[in-house]
Amino acid sequence: MSATIIRNGRVIDPANKRDEIVDLAIVDGRIAQRSEISGQKSEVEEIDAKGLIVAPGLIDMHVHLREPGSSHKETIASGARAAAAGGFTTIVCMPNTSPPADNPSTIAWIKDRAAETGCVNVLPSGAISKDLAGEELAPIGSLEEAGVVAITDDGHCVQNHELMRRAVEYARMFGLPVLDHCQDYNLVGNGVVHEGYWSTLLGLPGWPAAGEEAIVLRNILLAELCDHRIHCQHISAAGSVRLLREARTRGVKISGEVCPHHIALTDEAIQNFDTNFKINPPLRSQRDVDALLEGIADGTLSILASDHAPHADFEKEVEFDVAPFGVVGLETELGIFIDLLVHKHGKIDIGRLIEMHTIEPARLLRIEAGTLSSGAVADVTLIDPNLEWAVKTDTFQSASRNSPFDGWKLRGRAVQTIVSGKTVWKL
Amino acid sequence: MNVRSPDMNRRWNRKDLLGLRELSADEINFILETADAFKQVGTREIKKVPALRGKTLVNFFVEPSTRTRTSFELAASRLSADVINISASTSSLTKGETLKDTAKVLEANHADIIVLRHSSAGAPQFLAQRLKSSVINAGDGAHEHPTQGLLDLYTIREKREKIDNLNVVIVGDILFSRVARSNIFGLLKLGARVTLVGPSTLAPREFEKLGVSISHKIDNVLPDADVVNLLRIQHERQRKEYFPSIGEYTQLFGLTKERAKLLKPDCLIMHPGPINRGVEIDSEVADGLQSVILDQVTNGLAVRMAVLYLCGGIATP
Repeated sequence: MSATIIRNGRVIDPANKRDEIVDLAIVDGRIAQRSEISGQKSEVEEIDAKGLIVAPGLIDMHVHLREPGSSHKETIASGARAAAAGGFTTIVCMPNTSPPADNPSTIAWIKDRAAETGCVNVLPSGAISKDLAGEELAPIGSLEEAGVVAITDDGHCVQNHELMRRAVEYARMFGLPVLDHCQDYNLVGNGVVHEGYWSTLLGLPGWPAAGEEAIVLRNILLAELCDHRIHCQHISAAGSVRLLREARTRGVKISGEVCPHHIALTDEAIQNFDTNFKINPPLRSQRDVDALLEGIADGTLSILASDHAPHADFEKEVEFDVAPFGVVGLETELGIFIDLLVHKHGKIDIGRLIEMHTIEPARLLRIEAGTLSSGAVADVTLIDPNLEWAVKTDTFQSASRNSPFDGWKLRGRAVQTIVSGKTVWKL
Repeated sequence: MNVRSPDMNRRWNRKDLLGLRELSADEINFILETADAFKQVGTREIKKVPALRGKTLVNFFVEPSTRTRTSFELAASRLSADVINISASTSSLTKGETLKDTAKVLEANHADIIVLRHSSAGAPQFLAQRLKSSVINAGDGAHEHPTQGLLDLYTIREKREKIDNLNVVIVGDILFSRVARSNIFGLLKLGARVTLVGPSTLAPREFEKLGVSISHKIDNVLPDADVVNLLRIQHERQRKEYFPSIGEYTQLFGLTKERAKLLKPDCLIMHPGPINRGVEIDSEVADGLQSVILDQVTNGLAVRMAVLYLCGGIATP
């Protein structure tokens, strides 16, 4: 028997519409009633959470852990530590590994590896298409049996609308949500930065917003046609927000997520050709940033995620157009979101922010997580919403340092992360 | 020219020339004035000065070029620098070495000045941030080609005695052109009015935000032009999606004999080369009295000598 009591914290549990200063009890790795603790004979661990928010363990449904295949960038172990340090107790890893997670044995390997080395819950997603090539369906049924929580070709995008339609239709019978990286290859071509003022000035190949919007629209039509959930990953463009808003108003099973860099930065950041600002989809204009903020405020964009994409220094330290896309995000994500969405722009309150990081992704993925209901697995994140801190990439738990936020001063962060009742990280 | 002018340190303190966007009008004018002196050197019987004696210049060309490389090589020789040419096919970049590592090797061999031509925009910035050597941009992707921009400015200034208030028309593939960008930045800083002409796919509206006008009707802009700068038009690989054919391009935008009649008699006709005779410019027009195409080449030498002299002087005091 083990028991913990978290005292005097502000417990925010959006799934149960709860926001009160109260003690939270954990017995044997599960959330318990306060009374269950009183009967404990063994020692009870006490955590003083005065001034802190006690939230359900945060979920990030979009991370790249790079294992198997690229463990010089990240491993499941180091990625999980980065997640814990960022306040995340559950992460969903993308299938663009080497080999890709398009078969049940790779999924089994990832799950075994995560159980052995991961300090947080690592849930694999599987591929939509074989080899992420967009040509034929991956064995979606076998992937589901192997335990994937979603399918996606993230990093790639199925261009053939008919294949995508069948994938969505097929996934429907398993209740597996389909996540999509929205990028029309013809429109985007070899684009590396947002097509606009800065691409024109710098002569860098442009990636037009229409290249995302076209696929968001495709996904809305297919979600309607198949009556099944499609979730649009890392939304970056104003037009995508408008399309999603209209479709969600009509009740279409479509959703969208936002990453920290897309609301914290604009394409102006690329002017020194620093590849830590090379991201796919690219940093866009202020107008796009404003639209994303409105989409978060009105609920059009319901999920917050990092698209944590580690790359080694030597891979990023090359010519801009040949550098890989992506930034690490797990350890700065919560700080950026609290600082910008709650403090600076006042777009949402901390309760809604926690909801977008807990029960929203849990419901989308149909996983048992994201609440502090009695009896639930005791995944808990303690957050100090007012703690001021500076980002230092050299202190990251992640194996990579490719962050665009080094040196940023932020207000708000996780201070302790608890998985199944055990503290896995503490500031 | 081996005595550094007294106001040099006041007017120039850059080790690198990466683009014209970051230069002030005064810095640009100072390069042009310095080029005046070097142009005069070119008319002497002995065309060599000792300004960079003992210095090593590496022409590092990761994208093929003959004219620009030759011009830099000649300029460096006339300044008495030692010159090494490295091109992509002979460099180890093809063996998987990174640009950074190759450049570090050049620096370890005591290269004082690296002249870089590269297909990636921003590659010269990348090197300049990491090396103590001077880095001179000899063209990076569709970004900048500052010495071409400078030699165009020099030629206009030489022939028209000023740049301020002139109407300069740049015709062709603007979107993919580093020459166009360097010209736009330089001309605007020196007070010219710039009009871009080309098909709407290659002269897109986004350029208006840079402070230029855009026209898709060349006949409307030629009568008021003081300078017409024609860019080389190619119709290969990805360009096929941007306009239907060379024939249609010439019909809509080529400087034909008929169209040349619309020009003012003192309007300059320029081209960075190599020329496609009969495509962007009629063959006779290219060789005509208004053409200053070969003056551009001659001036390119003087301008590059000035740039190497100024930047090379900064890198190793």
